[in-house]
Amino acid sequence: MPIETLSQTCDVAALAAQRSARWQPGLAARAGPVSHSEVFASTNHAGGAALALALALDDWRHAPRGETREAQDQRAVLWVQTREAARLTGRPYRAGLPGDLSHRVIHVLAEKPEDALFALEEGVRCREIAFVIGELSGNPRALDFTASRRLTLAAERHGVPLYLVRLEAQRDLSSARMRWEVGCASSAAPAWNAQAPGAPAWQAELFRARAHPPGTWLLGEEGGRLRAGRKREGEDESPGRAWTGGLQQRRRPRAAGR
Amino acid sequence: MSSGQGPTSPPPRRILSIWLGALAMDRWHLAQEQAEHGPLVLIADTAHGPRIEAANAAGRGAGARPGMMLADARTLCPEIRTAPSDPAGDRALLEKLAEWAMRWGPWSALDSPDGLLVDVTAVAHLFGGEPRLLEDVQAAFARRNLTSRTAIAPTAGAAWALAHFGAERSILAPPERDHADMPAQLADLPVAALRLDGDVLTVLRRLGLKRLGELTTIGRDALQRRFRNRRSPAANPLVRLDQLLGRVPEPLLPVVPQQMPLVQRRLLEPIRHRSLLDRVLIDLGDDMARALEGSAQGARRLELGLWRVDGEVVVRRLELAAATRDPAHICRLFAAKLDDVDAGFGIEMLRLRASWAEPLALEQQDLEAAAEQHGTSLAACIDRLSVRLGEGAVTRPVLHPSHIPERAQRWQPPLAAQAPVQAELAFHQRPLKLLDRPERIAVLYATPDGYPQRFRWRGSVHDVARVEGPERIAPEWWRERGAARLRDYYRIEDGEGRRYWIYRQGLVGDGRGGLPDWYLQGLCA
Repeated sequence: MPIETLSQTCDVAALAAQRSARWQPGLAARAGPVSHSEVFASTNHAGGAALALALALDDWRHAPRGETREAQDQRAVLWVQTREAARLTGRPYRAGLPGDLSHRVIHVLAEKPEDALFALEEGVRCREIAFVIGELSGNPRALDFTASRRLTLAAERHGVPLYLVRLEAQRDLSSARMRWEVGCASSAAPAWNAQAPGAPAWQAELFRARAHPPGTWLLGEEGGRLRAGRKREGEDESPGRAWTGGLQQRRRPRAAGR
Repeated sequence: MSSGQGPTSPPPRRILSIWLGALAMDRWHLAQEQAEHGPLVLIADTAHGPRIEAANAAGRGAGARPGMMLADARTLCPEIRTAPSDPAGDRALLEKLAEWAMRWGPWSALDSPDGLLVDVTAVAHLFGGEPRLLEDVQAAFARRNLTSRTAIAPTAGAAWALAHFGAERSILAPPERDHADMPAQLADLPVAALRLDGDVLTVLRRLGLKRLGELTTIGRDALQRRFRNRRSPAANPLVRLDQLLGRVPEPLLPVVPQQMPLVQRRLLEPIRHRSLLDRVLIDLGDDMARALEGSAQGARRLELGLWRVDGEVVVRRLELAAATRDPAHICRLFAAKLDDVDAGFGIEMLRLRASWAEPLALEQQDLEAAAEQHGTSLAACIDRLSVRLGEGAVTRPVLHPSHIPERAQRWQPPLAAQAPVQAELAFHQRPLKLLDRPERIAVLYATPDGYPQRFRWRGSVHDVARVEGPERIAPEWWRERGAARLRDYYRIEDGEGRRYWIYRQGLVGDGRGGLPDWYLQGLCA
């Protein structure tokens, strides 16, 4: 097939434009929610769970509703934690959760990472769950590429998005559609008390995404909505390096004795 | 419908009271299958030695009375025989009899400890009138070797009184029928016919009131004053009198027989292998689904018993988050619990019992493979999770009325109903996540109660850049010890933008300990 016909039929330019569209909040209105995201975070702040929750809520609010769906989505939210993750960063606190979410959270405490993966998969398969949030610490052996692929396929098939928070983890192989690395950022000063901490803000790096080029954003919540600004100083690194960012550090080197 | 009753008015209420005066002794004779003609008493052990609960005719003739200590009875009659009493067994027999007594009326109620009440409104003509009905009742109980006394009256209280203290098979006509005066007909009964407690009867006897008719002679006001702070009907003669005469309603709790769905398979050849066990389990699940569907119920708790050849019984119990009768779901949950079953020489019988069932309406089955297409339901998902992860692993956070932040949240089963609570106040900013235990931090701050400047948590130093507070939360004095210290909460942000919720426990010089400690309790978004 000559190149001209190919370009006419497939409209390569449009595909490329779609491919190079930068990520921004509210994209779920066009493309639907991202089925499987990972958020890498440190354990000394709650940014991982907070960003996962903010992304989930952003997708959930903007995702197109079918004709058959009721206008008010009151489905439950499954929040899975391993005991180690709960010990390090605490459990969700109902009074601090967003108001339209607090009465719908179902919390699962798993002893082992295998149990947590089982719970994540069961949650993703359930039609009466709006989205699933998982928190795992480290790089457990059970969460290899096969397990991650399994979760992605289940999430795509049943349409229940999964947001997996990886605490203190290496960037290992994963089939997640979007992979974020979140750090903390100082919040904007509130109008009435400049001394006080303001609305939450995070510095988030999208280092691997299927449909978007990587980049770094300063994400924040204003009035319960996710807002994105560019990183303040120093633009993001060259895309070529960041593209393979997920592949550079494959696994933690095994201990010598094993 | 004569004597002035309109065609639409309901027939007058008729209650049949059956008193099984010697229930415990009759039951003992039935169990022994032989008559004991010598003196015999049934005893119960008390803190002061054995006490007589029931005595047969020879025993009563020898001087033994219920309530008497056995030692006292032995002094009167040394050759008295004893047997242990069994109140729980008597109660079980009475429940069975209450169910059986529904042959005479649409519903029956227990009248503990030794009586039954049957509603026979407008059914007497089926037995040929009320006298024939009473004869039938007594004959039926006599065939079962149970002594009984019966009466029919417009109210439960009057029927009870006549069965215990009236003539044999007495019938009290409804007041509208023959314009008879109910109080006048019942006036000769003793006050014990009012179903009163023993101490109230003693009071009435000391007041000289022995008959029901005498109660009305001293005036209602006097009785009202004497028993004004007795609320319970069994302690207040006026309430009992009004119930007897039908002036106030007396609620009765009818007995509703319930069948526990149960299916079982006896196996010709004992099974020892897991694949066969799964096959039988699927059959049992199908049978159970059919049994539950017939009664429009769904199971909440299931018990699977495995009878082994050598006499051992292995029981596996399963609780479900919502009522279900889906055999595939039940089998899948049980399969996870059967991994550690030791079959020994083989399993010869399996029995599946739904010990807790709830109403579940029939609904259309999924015609296509719906679970494959649309995913599972929430209840099925929670069942699977709690079977694999344990009972307490799947929970839902609920608010609890308390000021202390870690007490203000509790965890309950995910599908249980949430109790209504007051909404939290909007000006309180709470952290997204709360640590299981507050972690102690070392803080540099301006004493006595200044803002924190710098703190060390988990080995690293944080400089405080922004701070809001304090929000003072006092200890709950009605619950905690007197030495509990107050907490001053600060919402802080450190130099790198990490937001925390920390508190100082106590004040300098509050007399409840030394220098105050600081704790980090929550991580803000």
